[in-house]
Order: sequence, then C-alpha cells, then structure tokens
Amino acid sequence: MTLNPNIRPDLKLIADLIEPNTRVLDIGCADGELLAFLVANKHVDGRGIEISQDGVNQCVARGLSVIQGNADNDLAEYPDQSFDMVVLSRTLQAVHQPRNVLLELLRIGKRVIVTIPNFGQWHVRLNLLTRGRMPVTKALNRTWYNTDNIHFCTILDLHDLIEAEGIRLLDFVPHQKSGMRLNMGLSRANLFADQALFLLEK
Amino acid sequence: MQASPFNSIRLFESTPLQLDGGAQLSPVDVAYETYGALAADGGNAILICHALTGDQYVASPHPTTGKPGWWSRIVGPGKLIDTDKYFVICSNVLGSCLGTTGPASLEPETGEPWGTRFPVITIRDMVRVQNELIGELGVKKLLMVLGGSMGGMQVLEWLTTFPEKLHSACVIASAAKHTAQNIAFHEVGRQAVMADPNWQQGRYYDAEMAPSKGLAVARMTAHITYLSEDALTQKFGRNLQEREAVTFGFDADFQVESYLRHQGSTFVDRFDANSYLYITRAMDYLDIPGRHEGRLADAFLHARHVRCCVISFTSDWLYPTIENKRVVHALNAAGVPVSFAEIETSFGHDSFLLDVPEMDRMLEGFLATAAETFELEQRA
Repeated sequence: MTLNPNIRPDLKLIADLIEPNTRVLDIGCADGELLAFLVANKHVDGRGIEISQDGVNQCVARGLSVIQGNADNDLAEYPDQSFDMVVLSRTLQAVHQPRNVLLELLRIGKRVIVTIPNFGQWHVRLNLLTRGRMPVTKALNRTWYNTDNIHFCTILDLHDLIEAEGIRLLDFVPHQKSGMRLNMGLSRANLFADQALFLLEK
Repeated sequence: MQASPFNSIRLFESTPLQLDGGAQLSPVDVAYETYGALAADGGNAILICHALTGDQYVASPHPTTGKPGWWSRIVGPGKLIDTDKYFVICSNVLGSCLGTTGPASLEPETGEPWGTRFPVITIRDMVRVQNELIGELGVKKLLMVLGGSMGGMQVLEWLTTFPEKLHSACVIASAAKHTAQNIAFHEVGRQAVMADPNWQQGRYYDAEMAPSKGLAVARMTAHITYLSEDALTQKFGRNLQEREAVTFGFDADFQVESYLRHQGSTFVDRFDANSYLYITRAMDYLDIPGRHEGRLADAFLHARHVRCCVISFTSDWLYPTIENKRVVHALNAAGVPVSFAEIETSFGHDSFLLDVPEMDRMLEGFLATAAETFELEQRA
C-alpha cells in the first residue's frame, strides 16, 4: 500500500500515535482525510462521526463508514471500550458538554486523542488585551457571534480538567497550526502553541 | 389457461416454503424483472426490494398503468445504478398481486383463489423467496441489496437471515420494527377494506365488484402518511379545485381532496385488496429486536463483513430518523461497518422515490466503493 504523503501535518501528528490494525473512531472526521490515511497506511478498522452532509458524502465516496451525528448526542450508543483509539480533533471547544464528552470518549475508547486550539496563546491574549474584543486570529478566525467554538479553553484549562477527573496523560504534543512540534512544557506551550494534542487513558 | 403476462419462475416445488407463521407453501410463483447481464464472475448482482404497493418494474414500464418504472430515475443504462454495469434484480414480493403467489392466486388443492385462506406471511418469508430466486438466477453473493420503506425492512431481514450472501446493504427510510402508530395506520386501512360490502370476507374474485371503495380509502389514508404537512401545504395549501369559492357541499372543493381521490381511484386498478391486507400485516408483524430480547444488535452479529448504508429524511414521520438511527446504532454495536445520513428534504417519507441529489450522491459513493471492494475480495 502506498503512503499518502499529502495528509495535513497536524493530522499526521495524530496518525503517528495510532497503532496498525486497531479499531479507531474519529469524531468530527470532516472529509475523512485522517481516516482514509489510517485505513490505507495502517489498515485500521476506521469509523467516523461527522455533522455535515457534505463531509459524510465525501467519506462514503472514499469507502469509509461514517455516521452523520455529533459528539454531544451520538456517543452514548457505543459500547464500553469498543475502540482502541478515539480521536476528537479540534472539536472539544465546539461541544455543549465538554466534560461529559471527554468522559464518554474514555468510556468508548481504550485510549483517546484530543486536540484543541489554544486560547491561551500569546497572540490571543494580546489581541484581547489591546483590542478589548474577543480575539480573531489565524487559528481562531471567526467572530464571537458566528463561531462554532462555544467552550474555549487553554492548554492549562484542559490539563486542569484532565487532572481533576483523574485521567492519565500519556503524551502531550504542543504544535503550531502548520503541524510543527514545539518542544516545551505545559506553561510555555500555553503561551506559544497554536494548538495541542493530548493522548489520554482512563 | 392463459399465459401469465409476467416473467415468472416456479419455486419451492419439491421442498415447500416454510413460513414464519407455521404454514407451508408449495409451489410459489415469483414474478421478477432483471436488467443488465450477470458478469462471468457473478460479482455485479444487485437486488432491489420494493415497497408495500411497489412491484418488480423498477426500471421498465408498468404493464397496467404504462407508467415508467418506479425507480427509473436512478436505475437504468448509464444511470446511478447503471444496468450496463450491474445485473439488477427486482421481484414482486410474496403476497403481492403482480404475478407472485398471493391471496389472488389459485390454491392448488381447490383450484379456487386463496382469498383469506392464504397463510399470513412475514417480511422474512418474502426474503426467503428472494433468496431462492437469486440462487435460481445463478447469483451466489449479491454485490448489494437495497430498498426503501418496506424494501428497507427486507434488506434488514437479509442482514439477519442470509448475511453470507451479501457484500453490501442499503436501507432507506425504514425501521426494524413497526411502532404502535405504524400498526394503527395500517389497521385503519385494513378496516376500510373489510368494511366495504364488496369485500365479502375476501371472496370477491368471482364477483362483479371488488372492494374498490374500501381499498381507495385505505390508499388515501396511507398516502397522507407518505407526505408531510410541509409538502401538502406547498403543493395544495387551501387551493380550490376548479372553482372560485367553496360550494357548501361535500364535493371535492379542495385540491388536496381531489388529489387524494385520484390517488385512491387509480390505485385500485393496479392492486388487489387482499394483497393489501396481507402485506400490511406482514409489516406490522416486523419486530427484529423482539426476536432478540430487545437487543437489535444481536440480530446483526453475523453481518460484520457486510458494508451497510442507512439513509433517513428529516421530513419523514412514518419511518423517522430515530427508527433508522436505532438500526445504525445496532449495526455499529454489532461491529458492522455502517454509514448513515439524515438528509434534509420536505417531501416526507416519499423522498426516497423523488429527486434528492444528496441521497443520490450518498448512494453513488456507497455503490462505487462497494463494487471496488467486492472486486478486490473476489480476486483475493
């Protein structure tokens, strides 16, 4: 099977953490880029959940198994520990009940990858400080009234929740939107990283 | 005896068909149409299952009405389900009246029409007959079985009963069990037929009059459930039928009344009242989760190799999204690969028969990848 070199760099960071021949659920899988890559290159049994009709159609045309739905409503039906890995990429900030969703992910999946856009990044902080308005940046490019992001958090915020729930943090990969990794700890990453990946286990 | 106007085959001659209700049926005539040619490797066969009052004429004109095939919009040469590429099979269901054995057929022992002595059948019985038919046609494994409404129920029974014969399955606007509301509407239809004095306990075949009035009322009621309030409002509103004002009488003042009367009266020309009773009963008896102590997922444990696709419509209140999603969740829980979409339409349950581009796109992608994977599987 040929390797597809064109996968988006931030998705590549996720793909690198997924073992071959495992069962993977990608929530908010969009056009199925990550899942298609994993199926082709790692022979995973991949499933997706996607809210848009257009995304679902693109996934189906790629031969993927994708269900139209969302993280708030459609996780309860999945049996416990039915996936080796559950991926929630740049979606946690857009759900109604982030804590419930996070716990559901850990119920369904043996391991969970969550990535979030980092609201603590210095551009965002400066933007709010100087302009006095909800920040609009390259990574967060919508105004407050039409953004899908209803539960913004910073890297430290999510880390606090992970600790409070007694969830094990197995890996932490702060990175830029370009996919470039940043080698730094939580606090510095909270200031400098566009987004961050958390690998979690119950 | 007059030659049958239908393409049909006689099955279950030596071994009778064992029905869910306990009775046996032998022989069983099955009327069917095929389009395209079966490939040498047998890997291009698609079975399309029709709905309650549908028929085998999926892509060719109906012999009585002359109307184009009921899904000729997407089935035919060069179309979405391309009969230049695929071998498409569609058969009239058991209990129906277009050439397949049903209550209007002659009972072998008496030589008289069965009428209500015909045994009550189930959706699974219909599927058993289809299974026998595809075998006779030389098909070992279907590339796809698909259908909408009652056709989707047959697809679900294929998944529970003959999963080894399937590579992929597509269920549109359907359900794994009939709800109280579904049964209630069907009961109104059946009572309308049985209240017609011409019904005569089902023995009307030699009489001059069939229970057409009752059957027309049944069809009118059912037709409302196939649409939506939005669709009715958009199409008719309170528009009057060829008049300037209401007449203060009981003529069809409103366009919607005239439309329903027309639907009722044209239906009786092409459908048998007893068949309507039997097929609606078969649908009411459908309860796949009920056969598995309420766990629908258990019904699909042997279908893990079958690629599935489920489609529902926002405006369908007959088999709404929630019933379709129950199927999706069960397939998922059983580990069956399944895709699902709830497509935005205003046409109601009938959407599956209409021009819905998003449905077409979903079907097109699903069929293309199913064909691709089936070919790979057969080469391996």
